[in-house]
Amino acid sequence: MTSVALDPPMAREALSRRLSSVLFAKRGLLVTLLLVPPLLWLGVVYVGSLIALLIQSFFSIDEFSGTIVREFTLKTYAELLRPANLDVILRTLAIATFVTFASAVLAFPIAYYAARYARGRTKATFYIAIVMPLWSSYLVKVYAWKLLLAKEGAVAWGADRLGATPMVDALLSMPFVGGPSLSVSYLGQALVFAYLWLPFMILPIQAALERVPASLIEASADLGAAPGQTFRTVTLPLALPGVAAGSIFTFSLTLGDYILPQIIGPSTLLLGQTVYVLQGTAGNIPLAAAFAVVPIIVMGFYLFAAKRLGAFDAF
Amino acid sequence: MSSGASDMSVHTRPQAAMAARRLVPEDTSAVRFSGVTRHFGSVKAVDGVDLDVRAGEFFAMLGPSGSGKTTCLRLVAGFEQPNAGEISIFDEPVAGSPPFQRAVNTVFQDYALFPHLNILDNVAYGLRIRGMVRSEREKLAREALGLVKLVGFEGRRPSQLSGGQRQRVALARALVNRPKVLLLDEPLGALDLKLREEMQVELKTLQRALGLTFIFVTHDQGEALSMSDRVAVFDAGRIVQVGTPEEIYERPRNRFVAQFVGGSNVLEPAITARLGGQPRLASLRPEAIAVQSVGAAPGDGHVHVDGICIEVQYHGAMRRVIAECASIRLAALVPATQARNLLSGEAVRLSWSPASLHVMEDEK
Repeated sequence: MTSVALDPPMAREALSRRLSSVLFAKRGLLVTLLLVPPLLWLGVVYVGSLIALLIQSFFSIDEFSGTIVREFTLKTYAELLRPANLDVILRTLAIATFVTFASAVLAFPIAYYAARYARGRTKATFYIAIVMPLWSSYLVKVYAWKLLLAKEGAVAWGADRLGATPMVDALLSMPFVGGPSLSVSYLGQALVFAYLWLPFMILPIQAALERVPASLIEASADLGAAPGQTFRTVTLPLALPGVAAGSIFTFSLTLGDYILPQIIGPSTLLLGQTVYVLQGTAGNIPLAAAFAVVPIIVMGFYLFAAKRLGAFDAF
Repeated sequence: MSSGASDMSVHTRPQAAMAARRLVPEDTSAVRFSGVTRHFGSVKAVDGVDLDVRAGEFFAMLGPSGSGKTTCLRLVAGFEQPNAGEISIFDEPVAGSPPFQRAVNTVFQDYALFPHLNILDNVAYGLRIRGMVRSEREKLAREALGLVKLVGFEGRRPSQLSGGQRQRVALARALVNRPKVLLLDEPLGALDLKLREEMQVELKTLQRALGLTFIFVTHDQGEALSMSDRVAVFDAGRIVQVGTPEEIYERPRNRFVAQFVGGSNVLEPAITARLGGQPRLASLRPEAIAVQSVGAAPGDGHVHVDGICIEVQYHGAMRRVIAECASIRLAALVPATQARNLLSGEAVRLSWSPASLHVMEDEK
């Protein structure tokens, strides 16, 4: 009787053990089983849709009927070079460059402190403070900034109280970056972009700095380098891969964003908005696709240049 | 001054370099500690250390981990500042001066090579910081690499080198600056035995050829004894004894030195008295003890005790015999030929000359 009662669990165990033995003996099978689902996801959903997009960009639209002509052509790409479209691309690139630069300047001291000095509780607090803005709604943050930057908003009020209104006015009267108020100027737009993407810049820089052993800093001092020299010749080059990684985020996120520029900044369109309008109201999918290819190409060149400049040499 | 270049090529002309270097009188003080204390919180890492390292000396700081030897080295380098006491380098007080203003260089335990620079740039780093032009500093760096036998590795990255090679680069990177004192923090710790022995010889040769002052931190007593002119033994933040390797080995000051440096037998005062000596704490080196069979006549004037052999350890040419004689345990190191047939459990007679009993400081 007892043996009958014991049989079923024994059999189950034997089955799972036998499966384990088979998988142990055939490592390739296990790897395949584990990798096929994510590879399918990556291949079909990510790369597949990207290729579909690329293909679309080589189609064109019939100007009279508004239908898509499914024949290979470079006509759509030529359209990108029209002054109005080129203007969108260059303006977006300028803003993304500025945002990236501003993020790096803001992020570096924070990342440096968090990596080199903060310990225990302080470090945990820093982590949470850096990551917490990512937990709240993107739209809420952008609208909050709109109110802060508005003509009668908190920033204007604070500037007034501090007697800094002339400074703000001077900034707003600058050509291109200025405007009637911060909330409708490129300056305000770039500021909010930099605010939104800051965690994406801080975290990689912090990770890179944490990989720099303290003995390297000591060795540099030992060899006669004052702290400033050590920073330029050792710390900064070793943190550069982190800056490069962070800038990939800030740059590409700015290139693609289409919500923030609708809410903050001047009424002229940025690249992301243009894609949104073209594929939505205008129904010009080929041109939208061609526009969407621009950030990919720009990022490609950007990474190539970063590599050539030695940003990844520390690896 | 062209002697800078010729000085580094000592691997071909060691004598010339030595002549150039030995301008410092022998008894000049290279590094002096007086009453130096360094504590971290409530832990006294270095506790009232007095020390005088002479110019041109190969000086070892020996001690177990946490005994304060590395902190002492870091105090010389300037990575730490003392809480009390004074440090001078070539009779110049260095209180408050940062590492980058001190004429000393360090070979780090983990080598601390810059991963983003190639080997030549790593070695030339100190010269570049000093503002030396590229052609000049690369020439000197190449010579320094020749000195450590690493010609042909200039273009590689540190990650492409083996541990032993990295260690040589670290050495070249420090030496190229011609420091007044070279500090070495357990530089051979990560190397395998054969490489370590090779490097010991090379370090010693280099030091002699350059006539430089080396301060060498190690926890390996064999390394300290075989390489150094003088050794300071550290225990719990204090220097227990300073002396030549012979002094340290043959005349240990107290129980700690006797046991840490070469595993001497320590005889309590009562035991020493029972064995016919003064009632003082004494040490007895294992190799001073002869092992015989019971009944054999001991050497002329030798003291002997009978006991039971507990263990015979194989050490190649030597055997380490542990015996228990009337409640004390003694270790004897004897040539393999004498202990070949010895078995544990066997009755043995241990004997030694009374002169080899070394009286140590009394313990409070």
